[in-house]
Amino acid sequence: MAAIETFALGKTYLAGFLRKRPKIALKPLTLTVPEGEVFGYLGPNGAGKTTTLKLLMGLVFPSGGSAKILGRDWRDPAVRVNIGFLPEQPYFYDYLTASELLDYYAQLSGLAASQRRRRIGEMLARVGLPEAGHTQLRKFSKGMLQRVGIAQAIIHDPKLIFLDEPMSGLDPIGRREVRDLIQSLKDEGKTVFFSTHILSDAEALCDRVAVLHKGELRGIGVVQDLLARFSGNVEIIWDGAAALPALQALGCECHPTGETIRAVLAQDQLDAAIDAIRRAHGRLMSITPVRASLEDYFLEKLNDTPVEVAR
Amino acid sequence: MPTTIDLMNHRTAITVTLATVMTVCLASAVVLLRRIDGMRSGATLEEVLYIPSPKILKRMSLGYNGLLADVYWTRAVQYFGAKHRAHAMQYQLLAPLLEVTTELDPHLIVAYQFGSTFLAQKPPEGAGRPDKAVALVERGIQANPNRWQLYYELGFLEYMERHDPAAAARAFERGSQVPGAHQFLRVLAAAMAQQAGQIATARMLWTTTYETTEDKMIRFNALKHLRALRVDEDVPRLEEVAAEFKRRNGRPASGWAELISAGLLRGIPVDPLGRPYKLLPDGRVEVADPDSLPFINQGLLPGKKPESLVVEKKS
Amino acid sequence: MINRISAISFNTFREAVRDRVLYNLIFFALLLVAAALLFGQISIGIERIVLINLGLTAVSIFGIVIAIFIGIGLVSKEMDKRTLYTVLARPVRRWEFILGKFFGLVGTLVVNTIFMAIGFFAALLYLVHHFQRSDTYLLVAIYFIVLQFVIVTAVALLFSSFSSPLLSAVFAFALYIIGTFAEDLRAFAALAHGPAGWIPTAAAYLVPNFSALNVISSVAHGESVARTLIAYNTGYALLYAAAATSAAALIFEHRNLK
Ligand SMILES: Nc1ncnc2c1ncn2[C@@H]1O[C@H](COP(=O)(O)OP(=O)(O)OP(=O)(O)O)[C@@H](O)[C@H]1O
Ligand SMILES: [Mg+2]
Repeated sequence: MAAIETFALGKTYLAGFLRKRPKIALKPLTLTVPEGEVFGYLGPNGAGKTTTLKLLMGLVFPSGGSAKILGRDWRDPAVRVNIGFLPEQPYFYDYLTASELLDYYAQLSGLAASQRRRRIGEMLARVGLPEAGHTQLRKFSKGMLQRVGIAQAIIHDPKLIFLDEPMSGLDPIGRREVRDLIQSLKDEGKTVFFSTHILSDAEALCDRVAVLHKGELRGIGVVQDLLARFSGNVEIIWDGAAALPALQALGCECHPTGETIRAVLAQDQLDAAIDAIRRAHGRLMSITPVRASLEDYFLEKLNDTPVEVAR
Repeated sequence: MPTTIDLMNHRTAITVTLATVMTVCLASAVVLLRRIDGMRSGATLEEVLYIPSPKILKRMSLGYNGLLADVYWTRAVQYFGAKHRAHAMQYQLLAPLLEVTTELDPHLIVAYQFGSTFLAQKPPEGAGRPDKAVALVERGIQANPNRWQLYYELGFLEYMERHDPAAAARAFERGSQVPGAHQFLRVLAAAMAQQAGQIATARMLWTTTYETTEDKMIRFNALKHLRALRVDEDVPRLEEVAAEFKRRNGRPASGWAELISAGLLRGIPVDPLGRPYKLLPDGRVEVADPDSLPFINQGLLPGKKPESLVVEKKS
Repeated sequence: MINRISAISFNTFREAVRDRVLYNLIFFALLLVAAALLFGQISIGIERIVLINLGLTAVSIFGIVIAIFIGIGLVSKEMDKRTLYTVLARPVRRWEFILGKFFGLVGTLVVNTIFMAIGFFAALLYLVHHFQRSDTYLLVAIYFIVLQFVIVTAVALLFSSFSSPLLSAVFAFALYIIGTFAEDLRAFAALAHGPAGWIPTAAAYLVPNFSALNVISSVAHGESVARTLIAYNTGYALLYAAAATSAAALIFEHRNLK
């Protein structure tokens, strides 16, 4: 069974004060995420990532289309027992302490009192806030709030977790921890659907990614395949500025730093480049094939015309 | 997808349920409200008296005394209307209500005009308290010395209700000094001074009211009085004609037709509402429907008291 | 369902009691009761009446202020601050949320009123040294005040479900004022005849009617309150609140969160 399936799910907002003009936030989106997958939802600002999540959470109503979550209609309240959601820039009742907040949410998710007590401690420890349970949330830093947000998303042990930019507001250590946390959720067999525009996070965590741009799905790819793709370029680094004009004549991009020069060029020009460096008595430092990064894929998809996605 | 369809129905069901609950609750609330109203219609007005004095009320109204005055004025009208419909002979709350109203908004001229009329007229047309009516108008004049209508009202009350032509003349005279006063005030002052015939004076006063007021109800009241004056003139004249016939023929006339063929009348006489007068065998003349002609003194069934004492002989 | 509604109610209550503004308002209300005591002493013969009139009016006005100021934010604040996202992403139905909010605020107001009433009765006891039988009607007057709060809460909640807090506050206060004059409004409307009278009449019946729920001045004179009036008023307040709350839920059910 698929964890998430959307069928031409779309949203058009009516924006403007007096003269309402339609603003397409999400063009009809058809997407399937199987269970147990960590799925990265990528896109630049304003791409429609948050809109998609809000639609799936039933917070806004679609202009068209439908969706299934864990095999049931996405509006079915029963479905929500099994999903967790971290909104972007989460804000919580700041008059509550972290424990009270988690208790409230656990209650809303239908957890029994004894279970709640146990899970609250566990979750706070898991997100790295073991000491903060009795502090009012108004005294929390931005990163701490983000951690509480993650804790509330998993307090009821959901099967499917939606995270909207989970790394935002976190320091490098925090990001590392959240990465580990998402990895451990995956290891537990949960499905994680998270949006981000930090590509390295997606690269490190995701099984698959989707690229969204201007409300439109531009592509879906398996991350491993994408990274394995050889780009056809090599990077060459050498000492000796004398070779510079010759390599520039070959048409490659050169970045000199003092005497050391870095250049990226097509594989078939490599021999000519090495000859040129030798002739100028340059000292060759390294030659590395350039692997495709998610960034390449991302940028390629942004510039692409829309693609029909098979799966 | 069958589940989707089920859920659509589920959502529709929630919407329909909520809408139904809302409508049913609101409707039942209104029904209860009407019951509550039924219980309280008397109580609400009694409540007015809990306000110990209009001055305190004015302070409590936080500057919205104009609005509150309108509210009280409406209450006064409602109170009067309810009592009047019930043919009440007592209007205890009318004077306090009017006092509160005019204290809250001393420039609410209509409250003096109407209010004094309500207060002065004999029950069941009014509270039968000309003294309070005069006091009310006097207060109105104090607060609005430049409104000639109030002097007119005062003179009117003095003459019609208190039968004091001298006081009335003074009131009309004072009013005629006000810039922009209706010129008729001067004529009225003179008429009062001359002690003109009562019906003629009364007609003059009511005609002035009829012509100068812009209020429909005042105008209608004046019209009723003018009709009554005509009846009071018509009936003695017709009885005189009937008596003349009896003198000539030694027997009472059998009906208007005989009087017409005898050349004493030109046609069947009708009252101001267009209904023929009744000629009784004993020579008396009655109006067809006394209830539709308030304030008349003549043409009534024997034993029925005249409602207004406008043309009553003064001692 | 009950669990979720009560969790939301309790959280609403908790939010209110952790707000310092609430205590300030209660403090002012009690201050006013104390002032009524002083005010009563400078006039002769009506100390008791003045205390009851002023004291109960203070209880009702401060309660109304609390009801409106908390009520208008019940939905719109959660929507603005986006605290709703994490609530509605759980198995909570939107009408359950509305109902929970309603009960939460009503609970808060009941607790407040109990405190203010204790202060009021203490002041009364200080003044007259012993209670009399007719003082039970003071409890009825306070009960009616609570019924007013129930209506005001529902109305504020209704406005909160579709309009901004500022506008909601204006609407709710306006409606409260109109509601206290509803009886006169109906009298005004009755003066107009035909179609011109229907709209004002309908409006006068649709606005909440508070006049019958205000018996302060008559109980101040030691008068009794008819049992049927207690029953009818209870019915009216609950039905009206139910209607307004359903309307709020109906609107909220179809709203896109921003
Ligand atoms: N309530 C709204 N009314 C009108 N337009 C909206 C509304 N919410 C979002 N939009 C528009 O929809 C588009 C998509 O917004 P969305 O928040 O989904 O982007 P996003 O991918 O989450 O961006 P970011 O990375 O900045 O969070 C934007 O152009 C935004 O202006
Ligand atoms: Mg976003």
